[in-house]
Amino acid sequence: MSYRPPKDLDEQARQAKAKLTAHHGMATWGERLVPLAAFREAVAGAGLRLDAESRAAALRSYTGGLRDATPVEGPYSRIAVFGGVYNNHFALAELLEDAVRRGAEVIYCLGDLGGFGPNPEKVRPLLIQGGVLAIQGNYEESLAAGREDCNCGYTDPRDNHFAEISYRYTERNCSPELKAWMGTLPKRRRVQVGSRELLLVHGSPRRVNEFLFRSTSPVPFLEVLLDQQRCDAFLCTHTGLHWHRRLPSGRDVVNVGVIGRPANDGNSHAWYSVLEAREEGLAVELVPLPYDHQALAAEMRRERLPEEFVETILTGWWTTCLEILPARERAASRF
Amino acid sequence: MTEVETAAFPRVSLRSLDTLWFQVGGTVCNLACTHCFVSCSPTNHTHELMSLAEVRRYLDEAVRLGVREYYFTGGEPFLNPEMEAILEGTLAVGPASVLTNGLLLDPARCARLAALADGSEYSLDLRVSLDGWDAASNDPIRGEGTFTRILDGIRNLAAAGLNPVITVTEVCREAATDAGKEKFFQLLRSLGIDRPRLKVLPVFHLGAEAERGGAYESWQRLRESDVPDGGWDHLQCSSCRMATSQGVWVCPILVNEPSAKMGEALADTLGDFPLAHAACWTCHVYGVSCRT
Repeated sequence: MSYRPPKDLDEQARQAKAKLTAHHGMATWGERLVPLAAFREAVAGAGLRLDAESRAAALRSYTGGLRDATPVEGPYSRIAVFGGVYNNHFALAELLEDAVRRGAEVIYCLGDLGGFGPNPEKVRPLLIQGGVLAIQGNYEESLAAGREDCNCGYTDPRDNHFAEISYRYTERNCSPELKAWMGTLPKRRRVQVGSRELLLVHGSPRRVNEFLFRSTSPVPFLEVLLDQQRCDAFLCTHTGLHWHRRLPSGRDVVNVGVIGRPANDGNSHAWYSVLEAREEGLAVELVPLPYDHQALAAEMRRERLPEEFVETILTGWWTTCLEILPARERAASRF
Repeated sequence: MTEVETAAFPRVSLRSLDTLWFQVGGTVCNLACTHCFVSCSPTNHTHELMSLAEVRRYLDEAVRLGVREYYFTGGEPFLNPEMEAILEGTLAVGPASVLTNGLLLDPARCARLAALADGSEYSLDLRVSLDGWDAASNDPIRGEGTFTRILDGIRNLAAAGLNPVITVTEVCREAATDAGKEKFFQLLRSLGIDRPRLKVLPVFHLGAEAERGGAYESWQRLRESDVPDGGWDHLQCSSCRMATSQGVWVCPILVNEPSAKMGEALADTLGDFPLAHAACWTCHVYGVSCRT
């Protein structure tokens, strides 16, 4: 499949604008003539002013736990969890050895196997060899469903441009068998580590492509998510930046980071996470993962992937998809 | 109006209360922009400034409901003498964004805001409104002499280490084009901001803007048949509410409409809402998100 230019967002905006103005010349009214009576009637008929009982019921259903039939795996005493392979088979091979060295009984992957890096077919044999248990990321979901884009959730035209290059490359170089296999991966897993029940998701427990950055995932928000999901911890990836929060309730939220590219901090290594059962609860370790990034850069160049991507691998600084970073994470960024 | 017609409006349910807005500056502003859909001005007291105590009451409730982020608007938020205390209290529980006209951002205030940002583990974002890349294009909308003063504010923020998002409405027609955006980027780079941030917003044909650019037309309304495949999750009212000095409104757009008030407390407002206002059409067609 040939490369397509980025979607013309300006053209879309122009079309919307044209829609907006197409009816000029028809009868119009000033704001005082906008038929607010219809609006007011629709609102009044909605029963929005709840009585005490229905208010309490609405609150209960809002903050109450959700049903989730996902079977619980384990129990284990030590697991390794990683996300965002982005076709980086060099880092994946390194991780499989490192996790075993660290005594992980089982290795989990939180999805986004493809994109960014070279030769997507090299990833699955390694996953099989390492006995890795995976869930779908937005990449797997999109590839298995034959979607036109990676559903990464970017809005900036430049970010979308590079996201599209990376999705097209992976899409073109994935066999139908690999795509079909991606579609068979579960969307979430539950794993018992010691006495703790962990929920494994890609973006967030709510949406596969929700970004959970440290500076925009406040404690009260995470506590309510854990209440709703009825678990002691949840693990996610998707943003590319690793973090861990021990909450006042004693529960944990971990963004395990990604092994596919560095964490936008000027270092070339990637990150994953090791979780261990301790008497007092869960021990969470965020683990730096050095790998042969020079070899990866060389292979990316052979595959004619954008030099912007190669630069990230070599320097440790992101050059694309920066728009999604919140103010705090962006301030720490080079670009 | 018959029941059938009332029922014909689609309804949006609250998927989750992720974003809580505060009309913290009321409808009081030190400007009277000709395109303001809330018609804010020095004399508009439809909504009054919110006190720290009022904001705290909603923050306490928001914490229990697991709200993810907080936005502050007005009127002009920095006309509120308690604004910095309000931000400090908010940044203790979550990330905050302030929508400002930039006129009250002197170096001392910017330094205090930077200290607030540094003192929190959550993000603080500032959004400064601008409606043109020079005085000739901006000042007719925002007021005589405002262009220079807004740029001063942006410069002061940048000097304090805060990189604001510049918000432009499509009243500036070229802002929707790449060439137009580039003009804003150039302007910001000339101020020493090497990573310029820009957000372009569509126009809501309400308030002062209805007088300036014309109001909604009869066809600009949502019908039940408009429900997209994915439902209404793209509308911000599926994940936000707006707290004001007079109670909680469904969204930041309809604060001038008394019937868009949903209750006194956030817990009153967890139900669904009819997409029966012409402005709902704009949010749908343009995919409006007021978020940064």
